[in-house]
Amino acid sequence: MQRFNQIKQNALKNWKTITNSSLPVIYIGTASCGRAAGALKTLEAIQGTLQELNQPAYILQVGCIGPCYLEPLMDIQLPGKPRISYSKVTPEKAHKILQAALVGDDLSPSLAVGHFGDKEFTKETGIPPFFDLAMLKPQVRIILRNCGFIDPENLDHYLAHDGYAGFMNALEKGPTGVIEEVKESGLRGRGGAGFPTYKKWEICRNAEGEDKYVICNADEGDPGAFMNRSLIEGDPHAVLEGMLIAGYAIGANHGYVYVRAEYPLAVLRLGKAIQQMRQAGLLGIDILGSGFNFDINVKEGAGAFVCGEETAMIASLEGERGMPRPRPPFPAEKGLNGMPTLINNTETFGILPNVLRKGGKWFSQFGTKGNSGTKTFSLVGKARHTGLIEVPLGMTLRQIVFDIGGGTIKPFKAVQTGGPLGGCLSATHLDTPVDYENMRASGSIMGSGGLIVLDESTCIVDLARYFLTFSECESCGKCTPCRIGSRILLETLEKIARGEGVDEDLDVLYRVADTMQRTALCGAGQTAPNPVLTTLKYFMNEYQTHIHGRYCPAGVCTELFEYRIIPEKCPGCGRCAQVCSSDAIYGKKKEPYSIDTEKCIRCRSCYEVCKFDAIVPVPVSQPMKVEVTL
Amino acid sequence: MERSDIIQLSKDLVYEKGSLIPLLQRVQQTEGYISEESIREIARLLKISENHIYGVASFYSQFRFQKPGKNKLKVCLGTACHVQGGQLLAQEVEKQLGLHSGETTPDGNIEYEEVMCLGCCAQAAVVEINGLIYSKMTSEKLIKKINELTSHSEISASLPVSEEELPQIVEESA
Ligand SMILES: Cc1cc2nc3c(=O)[nH]c(=O)nc-3n(C[C@H](O)[C@H](O)[C@H](O)COP(=O)(O)O)c2cc1C
Ligand code: FES
Repeated sequence: MQRFNQIKQNALKNWKTITNSSLPVIYIGTASCGRAAGALKTLEAIQGTLQELNQPAYILQVGCIGPCYLEPLMDIQLPGKPRISYSKVTPEKAHKILQAALVGDDLSPSLAVGHFGDKEFTKETGIPPFFDLAMLKPQVRIILRNCGFIDPENLDHYLAHDGYAGFMNALEKGPTGVIEEVKESGLRGRGGAGFPTYKKWEICRNAEGEDKYVICNADEGDPGAFMNRSLIEGDPHAVLEGMLIAGYAIGANHGYVYVRAEYPLAVLRLGKAIQQMRQAGLLGIDILGSGFNFDINVKEGAGAFVCGEETAMIASLEGERGMPRPRPPFPAEKGLNGMPTLINNTETFGILPNVLRKGGKWFSQFGTKGNSGTKTFSLVGKARHTGLIEVPLGMTLRQIVFDIGGGTIKPFKAVQTGGPLGGCLSATHLDTPVDYENMRASGSIMGSGGLIVLDESTCIVDLARYFLTFSECESCGKCTPCRIGSRILLETLEKIARGEGVDEDLDVLYRVADTMQRTALCGAGQTAPNPVLTTLKYFMNEYQTHIHGRYCPAGVCTELFEYRIIPEKCPGCGRCAQVCSSDAIYGKKKEPYSIDTEKCIRCRSCYEVCKFDAIVPVPVSQPMKVEVTL
Repeated sequence: MERSDIIQLSKDLVYEKGSLIPLLQRVQQTEGYISEESIREIARLLKISENHIYGVASFYSQFRFQKPGKNKLKVCLGTACHVQGGQLLAQEVEKQLGLHSGETTPDGNIEYEEVMCLGCCAQAAVVEINGLIYSKMTSEKLIKKINELTSHSEISASLPVSEEELPQIVEESA
């Protein structure tokens, strides 16, 4: 304990030298999403500008604060002033803002998006508080509390923000006390199924085994979801502290983080953080004199979606093909190397330090009864404000998509939740509260937190086809319902998308989906039909238009539409002709253009560049040549 | 890869089945692919059959058994990228280079792969070229990038192994 107090005091001192310093502090978000927007170039410009001005300053490279659509985000905190955030900071803009702030004492309020100070400061400068931004106001930050505020590669920063305080409390409570606290919090697993966390821990604690393991599931295989990546990149110690608490509670000595190989920065940061823990005595033999031994290692996945399923993950860790095994026995009783194994999602672990630090009761005040706490979501697709969000469970889809996400530019069509095993919900579901039960009742699942917003330029049949391509390709092949079923679903959807669909095809979809749900070996096969079933249920008219009207209103299924230019809307800017690689668009500048549909390959380039919505998909004019396929 | 190189790579690993995947990953990171020779040597070291190794390695999409191309081009077809036109980028690659996922141009210059989500979904559609991620891509921007690759075939194609070589992500200006 004494040792911990010592490292904590030291960490606080180091943190205060930054916050109380007489030097400016500059924050720049350099997680993968920040880099996606060019943050590393901005960072170079910041360093260059400081050198040019001969101005010493602290530069903190922080994780993702959430609104990815505003990135790169650069923040400046001058001595005695609150931190101020600037968005879409290109290298030139960084130079301009820094120069104004450091030389002219001008905070460029017109360029600022928000500040982190008090209301007074808003009165003084007109800059709104950062957390009052439309995207941030409805959010509650517990899991993401440190993301964007600390340097994730610095253990001191985490310690100075009550890091490892949850683990210290856990040591005081003892293993059963910890499980009690988790029970009181009502925490349910964030990996998708929502299994009560305390229950899994209890089973694992009571299971016999000379060795026990804790595995953090950071496989995040759902395309379109990046919550776990962001959390690890922005606050890796929170996840590791959660694993430490879990290991202590169930009596395990070994931990593994199974992380996707596609996340190199996350892998790197985990490695660094584990090294720091070992040095600080937070891992190893007799941690902080408690008698508890624990070590954590990182294992990289090798690109197989099904390895996110717990028994497949265990097979993969044992050096086998990552194929699921029948349950029971459940991993909590018989898992890795035949020993009791606790597998929880990255976010579940990330929540635990907060539960142990502030109490289960405190945590359960957020969210709703039976669905307590907050959950992170990656809000992507056609929403205006894309990024990473954290909200209390039970918030409605409408609040998430429209208040936080800012709605869509073209009319809203649907929101897809739960990844390839989830479903697609229409506008009529917007008032559904987002929690485990309500999402399941709607035919979708909550999943790990991917929310993909779709507008009218997305074709629903094509989307179902897309997910089945994924499931068919990722099916491990062990059980027939999944291996063959996903293939039949895919081929049928492809047939409809080609314009060769008949009414009987819909029956085939229902029948095969039903068989898969009832007989597949693991969750992957049982839920792979979800995208088909939900789209059939909520967007039947779009299937019908494809089958009977031979028309794809969204202009995606290339054989089922052609492009037209609406002369009244076309000012003749010529952009479309420029991008057309088939020479199918002709016309004179400043006069409406035309499309030669014979030449057009419907590559969508012109549709994407037209700023006037003058190019529209219309039904094919000539009678279709229907080819007979066997 | 020779036996001594593999021993060097597996210094901190225990010679047991659970080390197979990490070892294959290290071999691929060093050599760019997994050669027949490497498989033979790994089989001898870990005392498991070559068939077993092929069985495991071929299950995971990460492993490849052919020499990699000089430049690596990846198009993301994850859901967020799909709805933002990822498929059109894949079509553009086919049109420009005649490549399908997993293929390399005959001169060995460009290797092409379609991947599922690079974790930058909020910046969709994304493309990765030699470890650099380019966000908000369109067919037009992609053609430019492909032309750069075909005209300067010198761009380095090393796999990201150290911090400096991690994928860095840059935004394409319109
Ligand atoms: C096909 C399939 C893929 C899965 N992928 C993931 C994943 O990427 N991440 C995850 O945490 N759980 C995933 N799961 C759920 C896990 O099997 C497991 O339930 C979860 O990691 C348990 O953690 P939790 O109790 O904290 O939710 C997947 C399940 C299936 C059937
Ligand atoms: S879907 Fe392409 S980066 Fe996630």
